[in-house]
Amino acid sequence: MKFIGNVIKHKPPTPMNNTFHIKDLISGILERIREKSAGKTISLMEVCGTHTMAISSFGLRGLLPNNIRLISGPGCPVCVTPNSLIDRAVAIAKRDDCIVTTFGDMMRVPGSSMSLSEVRSLGGDVRIVYSTMDAIRSARDNPDKKVIFLGIGFETTAPTVAASILTAHLNGVRNYSVLCAHKVMPPTMEALVINKKIAIDGFICPGHVSTIIGSKPYLFLAEHYYKACVIAGFEPLDVCQSIEMLVNQIIIRKPAVEIQYTRAVKPEGNPSALKVLHTVFEPCDAEWRGIGVIPGSGLKIRDIYSTYDAEKVIPVTIEPLQEQEGCICGEILQGIKLPSECSLFKNLCTPERPIGACMVSSEGTCAAYYKYGV
Amino acid sequence: MCLAVPMKLISIEGTAGIAEQGGVSIPVNLMLMETLKIGDYIIVHAGFAIQKMSEEEALETIEIYRECYQAQTSDTNE
Repeated sequence: MKFIGNVIKHKPPTPMNNTFHIKDLISGILERIREKSAGKTISLMEVCGTHTMAISSFGLRGLLPNNIRLISGPGCPVCVTPNSLIDRAVAIAKRDDCIVTTFGDMMRVPGSSMSLSEVRSLGGDVRIVYSTMDAIRSARDNPDKKVIFLGIGFETTAPTVAASILTAHLNGVRNYSVLCAHKVMPPTMEALVINKKIAIDGFICPGHVSTIIGSKPYLFLAEHYYKACVIAGFEPLDVCQSIEMLVNQIIIRKPAVEIQYTRAVKPEGNPSALKVLHTVFEPCDAEWRGIGVIPGSGLKIRDIYSTYDAEKVIPVTIEPLQEQEGCICGEILQGIKLPSECSLFKNLCTPERPIGACMVSSEGTCAAYYKYGV
Repeated sequence: MCLAVPMKLISIEGTAGIAEQGGVSIPVNLMLMETLKIGDYIIVHAGFAIQKMSEEEALETIEIYRECYQAQTSDTNE
């Protein structure tokens, strides 16, 4: 992509003038949360990797009163992708006639015996792309090769992958296909609330997933399961305000779905993006790393577009499945255990030599706890 | 992975646009949006416009990013 990183002109950032003002606002919110929640233990789960990193990097757990517990959920798409998918991508990358394209986050995630990064070092053609449109360009530039895009991500990313399949279809790009492992959030949140091992009073709902799906898909969580839901932005003030809104809902016992991140989320979401998504994909059961199969939590390519489904058009022999021994990613992804309860954490599993996916991904819970301590 | 940033749309040609923020211009696919015009502020994720923002809200968010950048820079210099 020739424009990326090509700085045309640089405008110096404007001087910081109201950071203290923001600090005052946050102090006020924290004080109100402390007063309102006094005597009550409240557990809130975030299900977006960007929120996980934001909460850790702001040191928010340390600022909140002890009775407000923030739990990290399965919000990192890289972390929840199972070994079986990585193994299939690795097997495809070993073929001389294939180019595997992927977002950079997936490169170092270990499969049963190797990662995409390792297969590339052995001569496999694996390329990092910024957008699915770069993958389409690779397919056009390499007509004698099959170009496969690794379709990872939640509802934010899935429409961009659906758009690439429609683009390939409309423009006759026949050597492009997608290895599809997309997942959707609401059924997963339902699986978490019915799991008796985890107590959740409310959800910090994902910001940019909701930009696409809107607020309605979470309604059942409030109405049927009595869970507070607030769709949150990613700045310190956004997250603090969202926690206060959740505490308010919980204290007055009126669970609802509220949007704090109004500048990016409309109640109806983005209908055009949803239309593209549903044109290409349909719901399916999906496997989550360490958790197992969650009904209706995945997206698969519709039969009408099956010629773009890498699983169907690129036959490969996949190595026997092997899980990382001792890794408790599955329990960490569900908020049942903390990274510090894993015997490998900081010891054998570090960002330089990660064993589990939650340490590999920059948005993984283990990576966040390793980097920021909380 | 679901990172997205506000940018200003500075060119449109069919579903291909160019968006600008902080002096950086990138190509942006507009297939996922209904109606957009030059000058609109959009939220960009993985090379696609995924939502429109009001100018006021976009500028507020951009200002927050600038402050974070400034704070990080001064931390590094300390």
